[in-house]
Parts: sequence; C-alpha cells; structure tokens
Amino acid sequence: MALKGNLQDFSATQLLHLINLARKTGTLAVETPQDQARFCFREGKLIYASLDGQDDRLVSILQRAGKITEELARTIRARSDIKDDRELGVLLSNAGYVTQKDIVDSVRNYVLEVVYKLFTWPEGTFRFEPNLLPVEGRITVSIDLENVIMEGSRRLREWERLQEELPNLDIALRFTDRPDARLRTINLTVEEWRVVSFINPRNTIRQIAQYNHMSDFQIRRIVYGLLQAGLVELVPPEGVEVKPSPGVPTPVGVPPTQRRPAVKRSIVQRLIDRIREL
Amino acid sequence: MQIVKMVVTGPFAAGKTQFIRSISEIDVVATEAKISRPEERIKDETTVAMDFGRITVDDDLVLYLFGTPGQRRFEFMWEILSEGMLGFVVVVDSTRPETFREARLILDTFRTYAPTPYVVAANKQDMEDAWSPEDLRIALRIDPAVKVLPCVATDKESVKNVLLELLYSILETMDGEGE
Repeated sequence: MALKGNLQDFSATQLLHLINLARKTGTLAVETPQDQARFCFREGKLIYASLDGQDDRLVSILQRAGKITEELARTIRARSDIKDDRELGVLLSNAGYVTQKDIVDSVRNYVLEVVYKLFTWPEGTFRFEPNLLPVEGRITVSIDLENVIMEGSRRLREWERLQEELPNLDIALRFTDRPDARLRTINLTVEEWRVVSFINPRNTIRQIAQYNHMSDFQIRRIVYGLLQAGLVELVPPEGVEVKPSPGVPTPVGVPPTQRRPAVKRSIVQRLIDRIREL
Repeated sequence: MQIVKMVVTGPFAAGKTQFIRSISEIDVVATEAKISRPEERIKDETTVAMDFGRITVDDDLVLYLFGTPGQRRFEFMWEILSEGMLGFVVVVDSTRPETFREARLILDTFRTYAPTPYVVAANKQDMEDAWSPEDLRIALRIDPAVKVLPCVATDKESVKNVLLELLYSILETMDGEGE
C-alpha cells in the first residue's frame, strides 16, 4: 500500500510516528525544493539515511566526524579494490585507524544528523517504498524512533522559536561597536567562525548560509547566538527590499453540544436487517 | 412514522455524495453547484448545502442519510445537519493526505456536536495510492475503539458494510449504557 504525501499536510513527526507504530520496513524518500533525503527503516527502526548532495560513503562520514585524516580519506578514495563500506570498515579497524565503536558512532551520528534535518523541513513530498532497504554493503545501525521523535520535536520547537526570533533571513548583519575586543574573550565554534567571516551589510543571512552549506536551522541558531551575545546586529541589506513576516492564524470557536436522539435498540436492529437485505 | 438520521461528513471531494448515492433508494437530492474557487477545481460540482438519501425499512421506519458540504465556508450547515443524528460516518479520501488534517478537524467538530458513535470510511481503497486503513488510523489519531473501515464509495456492498459497522457500534454503545 502506497504511503505518499506532503510534509505540509503530514509532518515529519507524524510520519515517523506512523512508521514506528506500524513497525514498517522500507525506504522513505523525501524531496523538498532544496533537498532530497532517503531514510531506511527495518521493523520501525531507523537503520540508514542519506542526503542528496552529501557523500554518504563511510570514508566521507569518518572524515567529517574527524576520525580519519583528509590524506587517509584521499588514499582510500583512490583505491578501487575496496568494494563496499563494510569491507572498508573491517580494513580500517584491523589497521588500527579507527575502532569499531568509532565507525558505528560516526554512522549513527550521521544518520541522526540527516533525520533531524527532516524535522526542520516544513514542506516537501514524501513517498514510502515498502521493503526497500539500503544498497548492499552499507553499514546500518538501529535507532529507536521514539528518541528521534522526542529530540526532533525539541529541535522543531527550537526551530520555531528561532524562526519567531529571526523570521527573515533576507536581512544582513553587521558587527556592533568594537566587536574585536569581545570576540577575543568568546569561544566560537568552527561553524560560528565561518559565519562571522562573512558578516557584512552586503551579505544577507540567507547568502551566508548558502556559502557555508548550512540549513536555515543551523544559520538561525548561530546568528541568534551571535545576536544574544551582542556581537552582531541586524541591518537591512544594501540594495535589497526586506519582506514582512507572515501573519498568525486565528483560532476557530467551539460550537455548543447537542443531545443524542432517543432511539430504541430494536430500531437499530431493524435498520441493520434492512441494510443487509439491500 | 419514525425517522432516523445519519450524517455522512468528511473533507471536500472525499466521496460523500457518491457514498450516499450508492446506497440510497431514491435519487440523491443533491444541492450541488459549479465550483467557483480555482483551488477547489478538483471536481466540477460540489455540495453547497447537503445531499439527501433515503432507505425505507418499512411503513413505520425510514433512515435518512445527510451528506454535509465539505468546504469550510459552509461549516454553519454542519451543526444544523447533525441535530438529532444517530451516528455519523467520516469519509476520507485515502489517496489525498493533504486532506487528513481537515478530516481530523471535521471529526473533532462533529464529536463536539453530539456524543454519538461514528466510524471512519477510508475511501478510494481501489486506488493504487490509497493509504491503508491502519495507516489512516495512525495518521488521523483515531481511537483504537473507533472503526476505520476500507471503503469504495462507488461500490454498494462496501458502503453497506460501512453503514452496518456504524449500526453495530451504535448497538454496542447502547449495550454499554444499558439501553
């Protein structure tokens, strides 16, 4: 039975809840105007995920996780005799470059990173293909969806709060007075530094996110932190019209309650008999 | 003569009119109008006030089936139609998940009108893209005690089954209340 629709109508939380409750096995493909992702499930547990445009082979996952060097990653990619990720995992583990735990944790974190992105996509089409599993040779994990839903919902709330605090990404940033003195005393992550390096009234927040391959959620979180720390302030971008934020829907009223009609059991039984005859 | 009334509700274009047509002994008295809004042009005509179907049991007893208009702008009609209903059927187009939220809202609204039993008809089960009744139950957060039934509104037997299951639920409720 097909399972397809749009995240606008059936949210990521609802979708994962359904897959979990129905203990489904198969692959969920989600497509938004910006991203495409695939999530594989076995008996209602998340076992694999991949994001189009991001290399999901083990070598890249380990490199991004900082478990292997760029040089080693390059060497591995140049070798054509390593057939699949499982084989690579065994080779790296036997050679002492990484432990089995490093591999499992890295894959698990990558899968979680991809699935948490799903929660921040307000729209996009999805299709669930029953019994379709990842390609042979990929390393899979087994993640309970309850925890994913809990954490995803928390992130969603954070995302919604950030969206309220920072509704417009088509706005620019500039440093407040004497930011250099304060920056020296604040520890910034690599991602935050990347954003800082692009702060300029000519660059909108959206453009900074695009340069750094960041999602709306990531850039909002970083910019919000910088704003709260008083390091930057929002300014209209040079030569760009600022869009107003969307309105909030009004709640619908609840109508009064009616009484149930007094109908005897025999009447219902007669209706049943009649309908059976039809 | 005793008249018993049941309401067939559900989102726009879910198949309510067809549901009543398949079982009614009279030509359904449909108050349909040409679609004016471009976003609703999924079909040519829509129910603007109500559909009316009838099943005569005998000289003393008649069942009336009322179909509600699916569009929100006719919501004022829902409460009027639900007055005195014995139970209701929520028809959902299983191939259009974009209407599930609306179906849930309609269901919640009708439950506030009267504490009558109801069933959910997962319509268009003959279509390839149809969500299964089990998946619909989860999607619509339907209580396990409420029946979510496979349905093809064009098929009389399928519609009969939905109505019978609703009547069985009504009997069970009566038994539970010691009627």
